[in-house]
Amino acid sequence: MTGTANIKDLLVRNIRTSGIYIAFVVIVALFALLTDGRLLSPGNITNLVLQYSYILILAIGMVMVIIAGHIDLSVGSVVAFTGAVSAVVVIKNDMPWWVGVIAALITGVVIGAWQGFWVAFVGIPAFITTLAGMLLFRGLTHLTLGSISLSPFPQSYQNIAMGFQNGLLGGNGYDVFTLVVFALAVVGYAFSAWRTRSSRIAYEQSVEAFPLFITKIVVVAAVVMWFAWQLANARGLPNVLIILAVLVIVYSLVTQRTVFGRHVYAVGGNLAAAMLSGVKVKWVNFGVMLNMGVLASVAGVVYSSRSNGAQPGAGNMFELDAIAACFIGGAAVTGGVGRVTGAIVGGLIMAVMSNGMQILSIGQPVQWVVKGLVLLLAVAFDVFNKRRAGAR
Amino acid sequence: MPKHILEMQKITKVFPGVKALSDVELSVIDGEIHGICGENGAGKSTLMKVLSGVYPHGTYEGDIVYDGEVQSFHSIPDSEHKGIVIIHQELALIPYLSVAENIFLGNERRGKNGLIDWNLTNHEAMKLLEQVGLNENPTTPVNQLGVGKQQLIEIAKALSKDVRLLILDEPTAALNDDDSEHLLGLLRALKERGITSIMISHKLNEIAEICDRVTIIRDGHTIETIDVDDDAGMQDRIIRGMVGRDLTNRYPSRKHVVGDEIFRVEDWTVYHPTQDGRVVVDNASFNVRKGEVVGIAGVMGAGRTELAMSLFGKAYGRDITGRTYLHGEEVQINSVSEAIKHGLAYATEDRKRYGLNLIEDVRRNISAAALFKLSKRGWVDGNKEIKVAEEYRGSMNIKTPSVMQTVGNLSGGNQQKVVLSKWIYSDAEVLILDEPTRGIDVGAKYEIYTIINRLVAAGKAVIVISSELPELLGTCDRIYTLAFGVVTGEVPVAEATQEKLMALMTQEKEVRA
Repeated sequence: MTGTANIKDLLVRNIRTSGIYIAFVVIVALFALLTDGRLLSPGNITNLVLQYSYILILAIGMVMVIIAGHIDLSVGSVVAFTGAVSAVVVIKNDMPWWVGVIAALITGVVIGAWQGFWVAFVGIPAFITTLAGMLLFRGLTHLTLGSISLSPFPQSYQNIAMGFQNGLLGGNGYDVFTLVVFALAVVGYAFSAWRTRSSRIAYEQSVEAFPLFITKIVVVAAVVMWFAWQLANARGLPNVLIILAVLVIVYSLVTQRTVFGRHVYAVGGNLAAAMLSGVKVKWVNFGVMLNMGVLASVAGVVYSSRSNGAQPGAGNMFELDAIAACFIGGAAVTGGVGRVTGAIVGGLIMAVMSNGMQILSIGQPVQWVVKGLVLLLAVAFDVFNKRRAGAR
Repeated sequence: MPKHILEMQKITKVFPGVKALSDVELSVIDGEIHGICGENGAGKSTLMKVLSGVYPHGTYEGDIVYDGEVQSFHSIPDSEHKGIVIIHQELALIPYLSVAENIFLGNERRGKNGLIDWNLTNHEAMKLLEQVGLNENPTTPVNQLGVGKQQLIEIAKALSKDVRLLILDEPTAALNDDDSEHLLGLLRALKERGITSIMISHKLNEIAEICDRVTIIRDGHTIETIDVDDDAGMQDRIIRGMVGRDLTNRYPSRKHVVGDEIFRVEDWTVYHPTQDGRVVVDNASFNVRKGEVVGIAGVMGAGRTELAMSLFGKAYGRDITGRTYLHGEEVQINSVSEAIKHGLAYATEDRKRYGLNLIEDVRRNISAAALFKLSKRGWVDGNKEIKVAEEYRGSMNIKTPSVMQTVGNLSGGNQQKVVLSKWIYSDAEVLILDEPTRGIDVGAKYEIYTIINRLVAAGKAVIVISSELPELLGTCDRIYTLAFGVVTGEVPVAEATQEKLMALMTQEKEVRA
């Protein structure tokens, strides 16, 4: 099967994954136009990333849960609870910021293990386990905080979500460090894309045509460097973006390149077949739930840091945003299909829409209506595609 | 000139990129039983979907002349309205509803007030069950009945719709011999009542037994329609038509070089996982040697699959007792992954449900049981994986445009080759193949037998579980018979006949030693 595929083949073959990127570009363009470019101003882009970072972090864990064929309704409550634990440690007990972070992460591990135990080893459907968890951890949040808000955090803790890396290599009105980091990332991306392509050719697999390959890299590089330029002209590189980038890279590798990641897809694709192929199904299920707990606690830290305190009602409805991000990003309701990058783009689509509508001063009720319709259409598109692919 | 109830003329159906049917002709005489033969993917099911309105009028070319009129069906209810009813291979009954509810589903018997009249429903259901020879209470949930009886309920459902042309897609594929015999008898009785049937089947002896005429389809073309007679050459003619070449021998020959014992099972007893105290496998003992193909013959429900799955890392059953030996040493195998590490493999009888991840590609299905061979410290070598998949695509002759193709899009025979590739790549020494040729066509069957021969020639041990006795006689060195969970006999293939095996397979339980 040597040969090169042209752009039309690629689009058609990958419509499920490429459709989402096209939709993203269209939505960004639409809102850029409607807001007279304010959407893409340096300040707003920084804001957009900070404002939705915790949803994106949750979406990374959620997409793995969904690929394995489950769902997690408890993450909003877990965000609140882990944030509350951290606030009690740092604000009430005057511990340093990192003790609060560690306390929150340990809480996340325990919660993940708790829900994993019920789902994997007792066999309670995740929908029920995490519906219970949603109530359970919301209740624990209130008990921990005595139903009142706790604030403010010291500056060091606030810096996790609100801080920037700026001026490390000197400022010229724009941050050189930010540009260097992004440039390195682009080079790394180009290099790994090149390596993948070469080895595919070596194994006589179909690859995209060379001009197309170069175009793709140039376009990605241009977009990324433009984004970096905007950040460098605003406040520099947000700490949250670093956390997010590390998580995206790590989890993309985990899902695509590790045995564990493969087993997650296998379990979601056909549970019985996975079991009879020697996959330790229970441990895989335990693993995805545990991981979700940990990522929810990371989101809890970021959220509490950004909102500079812990509130009993924090994180309300976050689970729905995270789940929506996954499905908009091409995950299948029946499990076995989905990608971390898809979930991130799905989350960004939601983020751009919310942010754009805020700039246009459109009220929250209308925002809900629009988001609901977008979610419905995204899944309808997916169902339509599947039906067409399976028409024979 | 006999009256034709149905004439399909120059039917052409094109899917994006594939011409599934081209100028297919099919004419069925009123009151006959008409067989349709063809390899998987030949276009039989597509043709029946065109006929029953699954593909609406306008999406295909050609004419359907039924009852002397050109029909334009837009949906299944359209064709059912004219008395054409199709019974699919995968039965479409709802497990938790009663027999009567299933029979009248979508066609409910209502009283004057518009609500369902249960007395009428159950009464009419009873009458229909009588007609198909099924003595069951109409209020029994369908999931409490076996596949054979469910098939009869499908027919009762068809009768409730005043069927005139009944289409059956491989009706006996999942049935044991008794149930098949009953079903064929029923079709004959329906014929007496003037109901015409079209039967798709891979079982040539069935076609010979029951059909009046048979149409052979290959690669979307009609090859020929022939009158069925007792001539011994007829089956060969059908096979020739289906595969487009002579298959002088349906089973490839093999040199028998049997070595030392590899795997032995002693006093293996398994209890049903949910029904307390029900013994499914009772004190079974058997062995298999290097380079040997051992058959396990038994009717459905004899405990064959349960025996195999309980041996494969206790994937079935509970309170399992007994001993297993590999190369003479006793081993404890408590999980599927341990079984794989010990060199055991189990290729299931239901590859779509238990064997393959249908939404994943060929490559990842082949590597699914042996990722440990492709990974270091948890990281999978994706390039090596592609290379391995390509090797198996070549050596196993898996017909797919690419190893990145989704397995769900392959034909049954090619899916089975993917399953076998998976287990061969896992370095299995003892391969348990449960109904390895179920639902696949004659040509692919021959290839599967060739693969089995290649495996034993390479020093593996193969256990073939099958309910098709000619298949066991054609491929095995030794055959064990299983009846009601008990091993009732062990017969070297030279001494085995179908009659002898069948007698052992139906032996009653008192033989327990």
